[in-house]
Amino acid sequence: MTWLTWRQFRVQALSVFAALAAVVVVLAITGPDLVGRTSFTDVDFLFGGTMLLMYLLPAALGAFWGVPMVARELETGTHSLVWNQTVTRRRWLATKLGTGVLAATVAAALLSVAVTWWASPIDALASAERQSSMLNRMAPPVFGARGIVPVGYAVFAFVLGVAAGIVLRRTMAAMAVTLVAFAAVLLAVPFLVRPYVLPPTDETVPITEQNLKQIIGDESGVLEAVTVEEPAGAWVLTNETVDASGDPVRPLPAEVQHCIPAPGEGEPPDRQSVVTCVSQLGDLGYQQQLTYQPGSRFWPLQWMETGLYLLLSAALSWFCFRHLRRLS
Amino acid sequence: MTVLRAQGLGKKYKRRWALSGCALDIPAGHVSGLVGPNGAGKSTLLNLAAGMLTPTAGTIEVCGGVPGSGPGQLAKVGFVAQNTPVYPGLTVAEHLRLGAHLNPRWDDALARDRVDRLGLDPAQHAGKLSGGQRAQLALTIGLAKRPELLLLDEPVAALDPLARREFLADLMEAVAEHGLSVVLSSHLVSDLERVCDHLIVLVDSQVRVVGEVEDLLDSHLRLTGPRRDLDTLPADQHVVSASHTDRQTTVLVRAEAPVLDPTWTVGRLTLEDLVLAYMSNPTAARPALEVLR
Repeated sequence: MTWLTWRQFRVQALSVFAALAAVVVVLAITGPDLVGRTSFTDVDFLFGGTMLLMYLLPAALGAFWGVPMVARELETGTHSLVWNQTVTRRRWLATKLGTGVLAATVAAALLSVAVTWWASPIDALASAERQSSMLNRMAPPVFGARGIVPVGYAVFAFVLGVAAGIVLRRTMAAMAVTLVAFAAVLLAVPFLVRPYVLPPTDETVPITEQNLKQIIGDESGVLEAVTVEEPAGAWVLTNETVDASGDPVRPLPAEVQHCIPAPGEGEPPDRQSVVTCVSQLGDLGYQQQLTYQPGSRFWPLQWMETGLYLLLSAALSWFCFRHLRRLS
Repeated sequence: MTVLRAQGLGKKYKRRWALSGCALDIPAGHVSGLVGPNGAGKSTLLNLAAGMLTPTAGTIEVCGGVPGSGPGQLAKVGFVAQNTPVYPGLTVAEHLRLGAHLNPRWDDALARDRVDRLGLDPAQHAGKLSGGQRAQLALTIGLAKRPELLLLDEPVAALDPLARREFLADLMEAVAEHGLSVVLSSHLVSDLERVCDHLIVLVDSQVRVVGEVEDLLDSHLRLTGPRRDLDTLPADQHVVSASHTDRQTTVLVRAEAPVLDPTWTVGRLTLEDLVLAYMSNPTAARPALEVLR
């Protein structure tokens, strides 16, 4: 069964690995150059590109490895040839799932190791600076493109493709469903699951001239909110002003609304005077509430999220085996 | 010994019963023809026997086991589906390799010999074979698997008349050589006449008649005589079909004893006459007839 599975799978497998090899070569050439630098603006394209690639890979594995593995057999009727050899359906599916999961793990691990290594100088700088404008590795788009979670994504996407193929029995429809469902899960997890798997750190800090980072107003000149400097390397969930009793205040209280003149009234004030004016908030008893996942939780969160995806994959596999009996 | 036994077997697709109340016993060592009009449930019965489908009602036992229940059972039963599926991207040689990898009892010599004899190029991709060649390849895999029972769903439908004859001859040879039992379906009786020594007629998802061809031909007679009422026939003569003209009555009967009435001219039937008579009279909802020795 292994021979047949590999024979059917080898073209797709080898083309993905060839593409990955090309990417690894590019990263290996450009990577050493990044060590020790303090500005990475010239590699924005590669930085964004590798990140995108980390998400495209699992999607591609789901659609082009997972779906055809079963859907193509059901579509062309060849399942009735192979199921009538001395091979049970369960063994047939187990071999296919096993081969695919192993290949997906290797592919995702390979790319993730290469990208994580390549981007390590960038990530280190982004995590070290409090005022960094760069995305640190705790930021959702980067988090999913580093470490071990890409392996979880790849395995999940592959099994999802197989399951969609078993249910829909049509390659094209199953590919579409796989891509949509994978994207939905990928987007839902950072919003609905990841912030809460570990209780986030709550911190209330005074608002001072020194830590004021951003002042946000609307078009009519009403001051909406301020943010303060955030802990380095953390994933900040909330950064909001609260009053003495701890309730969020938005827009800002009337006492500081005069800090910025309404639009069209005279010259725009200089930054320092606005900062000084707004930092009265501290004296008025307002404080800034910070909720965040500290950077030190990168690996615990990585392990938990990978575990979550592997658990989902196991549940989908169980579903596949259950559904297999009903196929004809 | 029985290779296939069904009791109250039924299969329902959504709302429609494709097969219902099917009771059947197929003895070992025969080539059984499964005939019936399109949609009679022939494919459903074969798929149930191969374990591709699970019954909605009743039981089916093939070679002493539940179809598709495990590797041991799968090794005993070969099945070639109606559309004779093969992998388009694999070559003929790779199909034989597939068979060898997946079957413990694989007969490689037989497979290679058949491929040679059929003139199939081992290096050719199966997707480029003609319909007939594809069928031959699928059948080769089925034969070389060396099952105890080979189920063939319309095996010769895609073959030209010459290939049909050769294939059926091959099948006879395999039966003689390996003591293989075969059940093959067709809606053409002429295909079956040459090879089958056992017959099952399936009409409207019910088994209408089953028995050894020789016994069926011996017990079914065409009686021709002056027009008369069929109620006057003796109790051991069962009417299968009857037609009347102004003066004459022709009746096809299953007779348990010799026909002694001198008013009848008694004639023998061909297998085709017999099958057509059963197939064209689906209205008579009588229980399945079993011919006993």
